[in-house]
Order: sequence, then structure tokens, then C-alpha cells
Amino acid sequence: MQERMTGMVRQETESKLIARAKELLADQTVARVLGWKSGDMDYNPEPGYFNSAQELESQFVYNGFCGANLSKYMIEASKMEGRTLVFLKPCDTYSFNQLIKEHRVDREKAYIIGVGCKGKLSAEKIRQQGITGIETVSGAGMDDGCDELKITTIYGEEASCSYASAMLERCHVCKGKEHVIFDEEIGESRDTVDAERFAEVERIEAMTPEERFAFFQKELSKCIRCNACRNVCPACNCRKCVFDQDKFDTSQKANANSFEEKMFHIIRAFHVAGRCTDCGECSRVCPQGIPLHLFNRKFIKDINEFYGEFQAGADCETRGPLTDYTFGDVEPGIVAERSQSCSK
Amino acid sequence: MFKIKKSDLPALFQEIGRKNELYLPVKEAGQVNFGVWEENAQVDLDTLKSVKSPKDIFFPQCENLYSCKRDGKKLTVEPEALKSQPFVVFGMRGCDVKGLTVLDQVFLSDPVDTFYQARRNMGTIVALACHRPDESCFCKVFGNDAAQPEADVAAWLTEEALYWQPLTEKGTDLTGQVQALLKEADAGDEAAVEQEKAVIRAIVEKLPYSSLSLEGWNGEAEQKRFDSQLWEELYKPCLACGTCTFVCPTCQCYDIKDYTAGNEVRRYRCWDSCMYSDFTMMAAANNRTSQMQRFRQRFMHKLVYFPANNNGMYSCVGCGRCVEKCPASLNIVKVIKRFAAEDAKEKSEKVGGGENE
Repeated sequence: MQERMTGMVRQETESKLIARAKELLADQTVARVLGWKSGDMDYNPEPGYFNSAQELESQFVYNGFCGANLSKYMIEASKMEGRTLVFLKPCDTYSFNQLIKEHRVDREKAYIIGVGCKGKLSAEKIRQQGITGIETVSGAGMDDGCDELKITTIYGEEASCSYASAMLERCHVCKGKEHVIFDEEIGESRDTVDAERFAEVERIEAMTPEERFAFFQKELSKCIRCNACRNVCPACNCRKCVFDQDKFDTSQKANANSFEEKMFHIIRAFHVAGRCTDCGECSRVCPQGIPLHLFNRKFIKDINEFYGEFQAGADCETRGPLTDYTFGDVEPGIVAERSQSCSK
Repeated sequence: MFKIKKSDLPALFQEIGRKNELYLPVKEAGQVNFGVWEENAQVDLDTLKSVKSPKDIFFPQCENLYSCKRDGKKLTVEPEALKSQPFVVFGMRGCDVKGLTVLDQVFLSDPVDTFYQARRNMGTIVALACHRPDESCFCKVFGNDAAQPEADVAAWLTEEALYWQPLTEKGTDLTGQVQALLKEADAGDEAAVEQEKAVIRAIVEKLPYSSLSLEGWNGEAEQKRFDSQLWEELYKPCLACGTCTFVCPTCQCYDIKDYTAGNEVRRYRCWDSCMYSDFTMMAAANNRTSQMQRFRQRFMHKLVYFPANNNGMYSCVGCGRCVEKCPASLNIVKVIKRFAAEDAKEKSEKVGGGENE
């Protein structure tokens, strides 16, 4: 068993989650639990399954570092015997709804506890502030004030940073505290919004074509094609991705130059357009810190402008604007009009 | 030993760059990776680890091996030119240099990989001691000394100066090229370097992963490790992406494919990842069909198969990149720890069982 870090004390919310999971396991409502297991550092819990009360007691953790969206794991869990208890944060529930809509998860196989969220953290964001050699982090618990993180380092230093400064990008533009699908809810959420969701997209739209090209060239040239963005993405749920196809040359392993990976990202963005809930997992996992969510968010902004406000995953019935037709739909000519205004 | 003032480093890079292609850590779009030095490059020697290890300077992510051209009835096969110009890599860390010795076992043993060999021959490495190792580092576990990198030139960077010690013939040659910029180190400088080494080693002693034990990871344990039920549990959160393998300084698996480029066919080699579904795909079938098998392969290769075939040399150097970068927070350290806990449990059960008899 992974040992829990010393000094970590169970907080009320965490205890409630564990107690409820134990009950649901004991009365056989669920066959297993899908949650987060404590890592060997304060900041690296991992997604994992729990099969017993003892495992829950010794390994379960839920705090600011549990950023991983567990909804995609439910594709595999839906194939297992019996129901799986899954903990979903408010934004994760949008992904789950979208997966139901796409017939990739089985609602009957899931027992959803909507967990509260106070914004999710990233160790990388702490390091970017010059705090390295992180030994312990406190203040990330659900029942802490979540205003400040206190960090001790292996160099014997003490440091601190605001909770918000270590939050993932997506939390600064949070979709809200509501779980759009759940069986029951546990834990408080709070507002974390302190930025405009489309501000960065607008900034890029305002660039000249040359500036924009340079921006994306710089960012995407870092891509090492590890596929982490694709594999973590709940909308990327094809059984066999075209880029994994070994029968013809779509696996695209040979590149003419470092910028060629743009094609992969552009194709992927098109493919998830109208289905992407803006969960931000792509940007969270990118080892090179590429702001991949900007592609998706540009599509979302365009869809909103063309077809009216739309949030993928808000429910599991509504047809998405790109898979539906109404007389009010925008005419294809809009593309030419817009590209003219762009190149001015 | 020699020294150069920190403020004179740009001049040093310029001088090295005059005669050689120079690779060093460069910050681009917020991330530090090794890149080719140019006048306005944003050189970053303070960031401990580049995102990608610099192995791709010697073993590129993608390279053409040869091309076949048809001209009427004539068919020509043209191999790609081997690296023939000298180049310098400045600022590699000791763990990454050690990563190259792992790659050497693979690419320089018979049959020798001439592309890799040419780059190794042409490259001169200036390695930097790790001023501040961080919590994800565990190079000590694999016998590396972060305070004393083994390369053509070992260097130490303090607040004031860079200290420079050539260790090989290539290192002495490079030193000769930049001699005008270097000053002979005096006793005070030697003491400053010794002080820096002591500080580094003291940090390494305190690192949370420095005491990791590799007990039970060897060729003899192969079948036991392979058959362990733990893999079934450990692999579960794995996303099957290739992040760990692509940032790793020792992962060396590659794929060779052909592509058509108009009137010619090019054969190329590119990095592959044991995490990918078509890895080890062969004409007959794929002998690893589940993610559990792929996940197990990565760790068995690094900790069991490789040392069994290379006189005990592990194919992990403890750089800690996978520890920092795995999207699901899985990594080799967690795997080693889980097996250690399982081994301890097994041992105590055995002892307990003995008492009962």
C-alpha cells in the first residue's frame, strides 16, 4: 500500500466521503469505488479503484490536488461487473453527461457522488513561482480556508503562495458549483472565477495573422506528440484513434519539422468541436505547458456566436449544434466573410 | 581547473558557437528544452531539468535513414549522411549524461548504430553539477553523484562564476578553443567548488527518494516480478500516453517505417513508446494486447531485463522527469515502493507462518 504522508490529517469532508463510500460498498449498492489515492507526496494523488473499506481508510484522499477528471475512466468501469461509485467534481459531471450522450458510459453502471470543489491545484504552478524542492504543502484540504498554501522545501525553507495562484487555468474560469448529474452530493464548493473565459481567445483573435501564426508556431513546436492531451480527453473516446492506425500513414510519426504537430492538434480540435465541455484536462496534462484549451475555446466561442449559447454536457439529451439543423443556422458564407475580416 | 565570470558566459557561448554547433537549455514559450544556441536565444541555466531530456541531440525523435529513388529503370539507394561536424552540448546534467551511457549499451554494441555513433563521436559534452537538486530527483539510487558529473568537461555554476574542469581529450580540445576566455583557477576557486559539492551532496542526502531501495530488482527475480498481481492494480490509472517515455533520458525504443515522398521512398526511424497500442506490432500479431502488459513492460525493461543483459546497469538514471510529468501521477518510484511494501509483507507472512508451525 502507498503510505500516507505523515502529518496529513483526515478532514471532515474527506471523512464523509470515505464513510459514505464504505456504506455503499457494504450494502452492495456498488461493487467498487473510483476515486483518488494518496500519493507519496502531498501533491501527487492518483486516480484509483478501491475494493474494500480498509483500502478506502488507508488510501483515499480528496483535496485540492485531485484535479484528474474521473469521468473518462467510467468508459472502462462501465464494462465491469456491477456498479461503480465515482466521485465527480462539478466540471467533471459535464464530461460524464457528454459521455452518456455519446453512448460511451452506462448511467446504470455508475453511482455518482458529486463532490464539492474549491478549485484544483497544480504543483507546476507552484514551481513556476520559483518555489522548488517542495517537501510538504498544507492548506490544500477541502476544509482549509483555501486562501493560502504553506510550503516547506527540502532546502529547509518555508514558502507560501495564494491558493488561487496555484490553481489550474480552468478553475479561474470555472463553469460553476452545480453538478449537472449526480445521485447525491457531498461537500461545499466555492466560486473561483477571477478571469474572463474568452479573454485569451479574444486577445489572439485581435492579433495580425502573422502574430497569430508566430504564437501558435512557438507553442506547438514544443509538442512531443506524447498524446497525453488526447488520451486524457473525455471527448477523445474513439475505440481506435485514426492517429494510432497502423494500416495507413495516419500515425504521422515522421515530421518534416517541429511545427508539423499543429495538424494533429487542429484535427483534434475540429473532432471534439461541439462535444468539448472545456474541462481543461488537455492543458493540465501537457508536459510542455501548451495552452491547448485555447483551440477548443475558440470553437466554443464561435459555436456560441453562430448558434447561440451552448454548453456541451449541460444535459444528456439536447442535440449539439453541429449535429443538429435548424432554419436559423448560420450560412456557410460566414466563413468567407470572417476570413476576409481576419486578414485585414 | 579553470573559471569564467558568470557575466562572461554569453561570450563563452559565442566562442564555442563560432566553431561548433552549440546546444544548450533554451527557454521558449515558457518551457526549457535543449536547443541550438543563437545570439538572441533565451539561455536558461537555472532551471534544473529541461522538459525533454537532451537525448534527442544524439537520438532524434525522428530521422531519415535512407531514401530509395527511381529514375526510369534505375533504382538508387542513398543512405542519409552521418553527422560529420563537431558539436557541443552545454549544460547537461549528470543524470542525463549517464542516460547516454545507457543508450550506448544499445546503440554501440554489435551491430553498431552508425547514426548514433557518429553523433557520439562528434559531440563534446559540458555537464553542469546540479546546484539545487529537487524533490523528484533520485539519481543517487542509481549511483550517480549530482555534485560530480562525468562528461568531457565537468562544470559548476555558482552565483559568481562557472568553474570548468576538462576530464577527457575532447574536453581538453574544447578547453583549448576557448582558452582566451578562461582563467586558471586558484586555491580559493578550488575551495569554492568543494564547498558547492558539499552543499549539493547535503541536499541529495535529504531528498525524499534518495533512500529508495532496489532490492529484488534483478534478473533472478524476473519471473516473480513478471507474474505479480500488483501490475493489474498499478496500471489502472495509466492513460497509455507516451509522456514518461518521451521525456525519459534512457527510453530507446523506436519504430522504423517508410513513407512515400513523390518519386522516392524514405525510410525513417522515430521514437516509439511501449505505452502505445501498436508497439511491438508484428506481421503475425501483437504480443502485448493489454495496457497492463504494456505498463509492466516499461518497468520490467528498466529494472529487470536491462540490468540482466547489461551487467547490472539499470536503464533508469533517476532524473525524476516521469515523476513530475505523468498526467496520472504514476511513476517508477511509486512502482518500486509498492513492490517493496509487497515484498516486506510477504517476508513478514513467511516469518509469521514459520512461528506457527
